Amino acid sequence: MAHIIIDETRCKSCFICVGTCPKGLIKKSDKVSKLGDNLVEFKDDKNECLGCAMCATRCPDMAITGVYK
Amino acid sequence: MQVFSIPKSMKENAKFTFCPGCDHGIAVRLVAELLDEMDLKEKTILAASIGCSVFLYDFLDIDSIEAPHGRAMAEATGVKRARPDKFVFTYQGDGDFASIGLAESTHAALRAENLTGICINNTTYGMTGGQHGPTTLIGQKTTTSPMGRFRETYGYPIRIAEHIALCEGTAFSARVALDTVPHINQAKKALRKAFQVQLDGLGYGFVEILSTCPTNWKMTPDEAHERVKNEMIPVFPLGIFKDVTDISE
Repeated sequence: MAHIIIDETRCKSCFICVGTCPKGLIKKSDKVSKLGDNLVEFKDDKNECLGCAMCATRCPDMAITGVYK
Repeated sequence: MQVFSIPKSMKENAKFTFCPGCDHGIAVRLVAELLDEMDLKEKTILAASIGCSVFLYDFLDIDSIEAPHGRAMAEATGVKRARPDKFVFTYQGDGDFASIGLAESTHAALRAENLTGICINNTTYGMTGGQHGPTTLIGQKTTTSPMGRFRETYGYPIRIAEHIALCEGTAFSARVALDTVPHINQAKKALRKAFQVQLDGLGYGFVEILSTCPTNWKMTPDEAHERVKNEMIPVFPLGIFKDVTDISE
């Protein structure tokens, strides 16, 4: 099952991934980082993730540490 | 099946210290992926620069040497001539490569040094607070040109990739961007070519990478990428300006 792994300690809340996911599976989360910024979360209830790795390709902080297809 | 993972050339647990949304992180990752894929990690020496680009040696698990501002190409020349068996590259910002280091950068290309140069063009001096740089766009406001860059006073921005392509000793010169996934994929291809020409002993390989500086541009990361698309690419067109291995012509 395709999915991604997000390392919250690397995420700097730039939200580039939110606009990049073609299926809109990455969203702003209510959870906040140490600096008080909202983190992102991956929610794929309908197994829509394609494993395309576009999110990981555009993440400037390698916070998406793994993409599985 | 894992289709994406952190490159092995990255230091263990290294986390980028760049500002949120800065494209430097993508460029560093592409370099690390290529070092892995081309099996270069153990034979690479980096000549580090001054500016935000300096942090590369904190992130990549390779040997490196620090150069004074702008002199990375001069140091890289010395390293490569002493150890021609090594893969030597520089990773510099536009201020380092094309302003204070323009002489070193250009003459390394004219001497046909077997080196690879990577220049991150974000149209400003990022680390020191967003001052007017050699690639600042006409009309762009910076901390030292608060009314915008006037052509009458400050002249035109330099098109680095075209400038380097004019040098006789250049084997490969290209300009790429990191604002979209297709552009990132093209950037990786160009970097691979710039690495390969050095390995093949063909001469100087160069890639200029259009990048963002959301902090100093005072924009969100998405707005900064819009600026790359709408304002930078029309002034700094993407493409390959010289490729001696291209036999189609």
